[in-house]
Amino acid sequence: MGNHSDGSPNHSGTVATAGQNEVEKFQDPGIPPHRLRLADTDPKAAKRAERQVALLFGISVVGTLIFLVAYFAIDLGPGESTIGNIRLQNMLLGLGTAFAMLGIGTGIVHWAKALMPDHEVSEERHAIRYEEDRQAAVRIVDDIVEETGIKRRPLIRNTLLGAVALAPLPAVAIFGDLGPRPDNKLAHTMWAPTDGQLKRLARDPDGTPIKASDVTIGSAFHVIPEGLNELHEGKLNEKAKAVVLLMRLDPESLNPSPGREDWGYNGIVAYSKICTHVGCPVALYEQQTHHLLCPCHQSTFDLTQECKVIFGPASRPLPQLPIAVDDEGYLVATSDFKEPVGPSYWERDMHERSINS
Amino acid sequence: MSAASTAEPAFVAKTKTGRFTDFVDARVGGSGILREFGRKVFPDHWSFMFGEVALYSFVILLLSGTFLTFFFDPSMAETHYDGSYVPLKGVEMSVAYNSSLDISFDVRGGLFMRQVHHWAALLFVASIAVHMLRVFFTGAFRRPREMNWVVGSVLLILAMAAGFTGYSLPDDLLSGNGLRIIDGVIKSIPIVGTYISFFLFGGEFPGTAIIGRLYMLHILLVPALILLMIVLHLFMVVVHKHTQYPGPGRNDNNVVGYPLGPVYAAKAGGFFFIVFGVLALMAGFFTINPIWNYGPYDPSPVSAGTQPDWYIGFVDGALRLMPGTLGDWQVEQNWFGFVFSFNVLLPALVPAGILFTVMFMYPWIERWITKDDREHHVLDRPRNAPTRTAIGMAGFVWYCVMWAAAGSDLIATHFGVSLNDVTYWLRTLFIIGPIIAFIVTKRVALALQRKDREIALHGRETGRIVRLPHGEFIEVHAPLDEYKRYKLVGFESPEVLPAVPNEHGVVTRKEKRRAFLSKWFFEDRVAPATPAELEAAHGHGHAAVEAPEEAKSLSH
Repeated sequence: MGNHSDGSPNHSGTVATAGQNEVEKFQDPGIPPHRLRLADTDPKAAKRAERQVALLFGISVVGTLIFLVAYFAIDLGPGESTIGNIRLQNMLLGLGTAFAMLGIGTGIVHWAKALMPDHEVSEERHAIRYEEDRQAAVRIVDDIVEETGIKRRPLIRNTLLGAVALAPLPAVAIFGDLGPRPDNKLAHTMWAPTDGQLKRLARDPDGTPIKASDVTIGSAFHVIPEGLNELHEGKLNEKAKAVVLLMRLDPESLNPSPGREDWGYNGIVAYSKICTHVGCPVALYEQQTHHLLCPCHQSTFDLTQECKVIFGPASRPLPQLPIAVDDEGYLVATSDFKEPVGPSYWERDMHERSINS
Repeated sequence: MSAASTAEPAFVAKTKTGRFTDFVDARVGGSGILREFGRKVFPDHWSFMFGEVALYSFVILLLSGTFLTFFFDPSMAETHYDGSYVPLKGVEMSVAYNSSLDISFDVRGGLFMRQVHHWAALLFVASIAVHMLRVFFTGAFRRPREMNWVVGSVLLILAMAAGFTGYSLPDDLLSGNGLRIIDGVIKSIPIVGTYISFFLFGGEFPGTAIIGRLYMLHILLVPALILLMIVLHLFMVVVHKHTQYPGPGRNDNNVVGYPLGPVYAAKAGGFFFIVFGVLALMAGFFTINPIWNYGPYDPSPVSAGTQPDWYIGFVDGALRLMPGTLGDWQVEQNWFGFVFSFNVLLPALVPAGILFTVMFMYPWIERWITKDDREHHVLDRPRNAPTRTAIGMAGFVWYCVMWAAAGSDLIATHFGVSLNDVTYWLRTLFIIGPIIAFIVTKRVALALQRKDREIALHGRETGRIVRLPHGEFIEVHAPLDEYKRYKLVGFESPEVLPAVPNEHGVVTRKEKRRAFLSKWFFEDRVAPATPAELEAAHGHGHAAVEAPEEAKSLSH
C-alpha cells in the first residue's frame, strides 16, 4: 500500500469509486408520504387523547397541592427539625414539584404529539450573506477607514496604538492588593520556638500536649502545635502548615540518614501531614507496612525510609519535624521544619537553602 | 381613531388576545419578529434534545440559585453552630458553612433547593458535554457552524467554572480539600504560581477571602458570561437554522421539520417542565453533597474515598495517574535554584490542554484536510465519517480513562483489587486506550457502512426460510422501499485528495502533510451503493456486496 504520500493520485481506495458520479447516484425520492395518526382519523381516539392531556394537567394540580401541604404542614421549628422530618419534607417537596412539572410537561408534549398537526414541512434555507451586501459592506468599511485618514497619518495611528496598548495596565495593577506578597511565609510554621521556648506536640483537635510515654509502639497521633487553638487570627492558615503525624515504630526499623539521628525519640518520629503533592492531609497510616497514604491522590510514603515516596504522584518525601522530650516528659519540637512543608512552589528550593544556612 | 381619515381602514383586532398583541406590536414592532419566527421550521430528532436540556438546566440553576442567595452568607468569619442539626452543635465553623447548614435544616424547602441546584449543575455540564459529542460525531461543526462550535466549547469551560466555584462555597471539608488541591496545582506554576495563590486566597491558604471571592464569581461574573454565550449561541442557531439528519427529502438547501408554532414550541416548552420534573425527583429522593456529614473545613482531617464533582474528575484523575518518582528519580526538578513541579504541572495542564485545543481547532483541522469549504446543513451519520468518529472516540476514551482514574481508590475497594494495580492498569490504558478505541471504532464504522450497503442492495432479512426445488435453503430478503434505501445510500463519501502543487508549481511540505492526513482519513472509505450496483445485485442474486475493485486493490 504505503508509497503514495508523494501525492500520486493512484491511491489505494479499497472500494469502488463509482457512485461519486452524479448520474449514478440514487435520486432523492423526496419527503415520505405523510402517515395519519389514530387521532387524525378516529374522533374517539382524538377525544381520548384530549382526556389524557387533561388528566396529566390534573396530575400537575395534585402535585402543586402536595408541595403546598408538605411545605405548610411540616414545620421545621425548634425541636421539629429532626432528620426524619427534613427527609420527609424534602421528599414530598420533590415529589410535589415533580408531579406539578411532569404533569404540565408530559401533558403539553402529548398534546403536541397526538393532537397538533404533525405534517413535516420543508423550507428553503436562505444564504447567510448576499454578495451584494458583502460588497456594500466592504465599500462602507473602506469609506470609514478613508475618512478617518488613519492610513495617511501614521503618527496618529502609532501613538493611538501605543496609548491603547498601555491603557489596560492600571486595570491589571489595581488588583495588586488582592493578596500580600508571598515573601517567605511558606517557609515557616508555628513549630519555630518562640523566645527560646520549644513548642510541645499537642493532640488534634483538642490541643492537649502529648507525653512520650503515651505513644506506644504502633500507635499514631494527629498532632498540632501547642497554642494553635488559642490563636485568634489565621488559625486555619497556621494549621494548614503545621499539622503533623506522630508515630512510634521499633527504633530498629527506622533508618535515619546522617544528621537526622536525633530527630526522633526512642522510635517516635513526626512527619508533616501535608502532602508534598498538592497539599491534602496524608491521613492514612498503615500500621503493619509503615506506609502513609494520601487519600486524595494515593501518594504513598514509606516511614522506614524517612517517608520517601514509594508510589503515586508526589515527588518529595514528607518533611520530618525534629522532636525531643522536655523535662516533664512531653514531646517538643526542637526546631521548625528544616524545609518548607506542603506542595512545591517556585521559590521552595531557595527557601530551603535559606532555612539551612 | 384615524381609521376614518385614511384610505384603508386600520386593522382592528377582534379578540382580547388580539387587541393585547396589537397594542404591543404597535409599540415595539413585534409582528416582523413573529412573522419570521412564528412558523420557522425546526428539524426534529431525539439527539437534538441535549442542547435543550443544557439550556433548561441553566434556567433552573438561575431560579434555584437566586433562592439560595437570599439565605447564604459567604463570610469566612468564625462562628459556633447553633442550628437544629444536633451532631454539629457548638462546633466552630465559618459563617458560610453555618448558613449552608441553616439552608439545609432551618429553611423550609432550603434543602430541596440546594439539591435541585446541585443536581441541575451536574446535569448542566453533562448535557453540554453530551450535546457536544452529538455535534462532533454528526459533523454539525462544519461550515457555517465553526464559530458556534467555539462558543459551545467556551460554554463547556464556563459551565465547569460555574460548577467549581459553586462547589466550594459551602466551605465544608470536602470542598475545602478541593480548594487545597487547586492551591497545590496553582503553586506548581513556574514563576508566578506562588503569587497567584497568594492573590487568589488573599494570603496564605485558606485565608479568609476565598469564599467571598468565589461567591462573586459564581453568582455574577460566570453566569453573566454564560448568559452572554448562550445568547450568541442561540443567535447563531437562528442565523444558520438547525441542521438536519440525512434522509429522503432533506438536503443542504432546505430544512425539513415541524413549524415552531405550535408543535415545536409545544414540544420544546413542555420539555422544560419535564427536565424540571426529573430534577425535582432527583432532588427529592437522591442526596447530593450532604455537607453536614463532612463537617466544616479543617486542613487536618480528610475522609477516604472522596470524589470531586464529576466534571472535575478527569483533571483529578490525571493528577493521580502521573508518577511522581521513577525509581529514585524525582519528576519534580530543581533547575537554576527554582522548582519545576512537573509531577503536578504536566497532568494538570497537558491532557486538558490537548483535549481543549483539539476541540477548539477541530473544525479547522478537518476543513484543512478535506479542503471542504462548502456549507453543510445535513448531518453525517457517525458511521459515514469513520475516521472522524474514531478520532472522537479516541478522545472520549482518553477522557474516560482519566475520569475513571479519579475513582481509582473506589474501584480498588469496590472490586477488592490492589489500588496500585488499578493505577498501573489505568496508566497503561491512558496510553493505549485511545489507540485501541480509534482502531475498534473505525472498524465498527466501516463494518456498519458495509452492512448498510448490503441492506441497500439486497434488502432486509425477513427471517423466512425457503427451500428451493433442488434442496437449497435460502433466506428471503425483502427489498427496501425507496425512502428507507435513500437513507442508507444518500450520503457524501469524500475521497483522498492527493497533494497538488501551489501556484509556483511546488508541492509544499504542508501540502504533503495534508495529503498524508487526507489519505489516512479516507483511504479505506466505503462508497455508498449506486443504482448500477442495485441493478447488478438483483440480477445475480447473491453477488458480492462490494464492487469487484475491492479484490484488486487488496492484492497490491
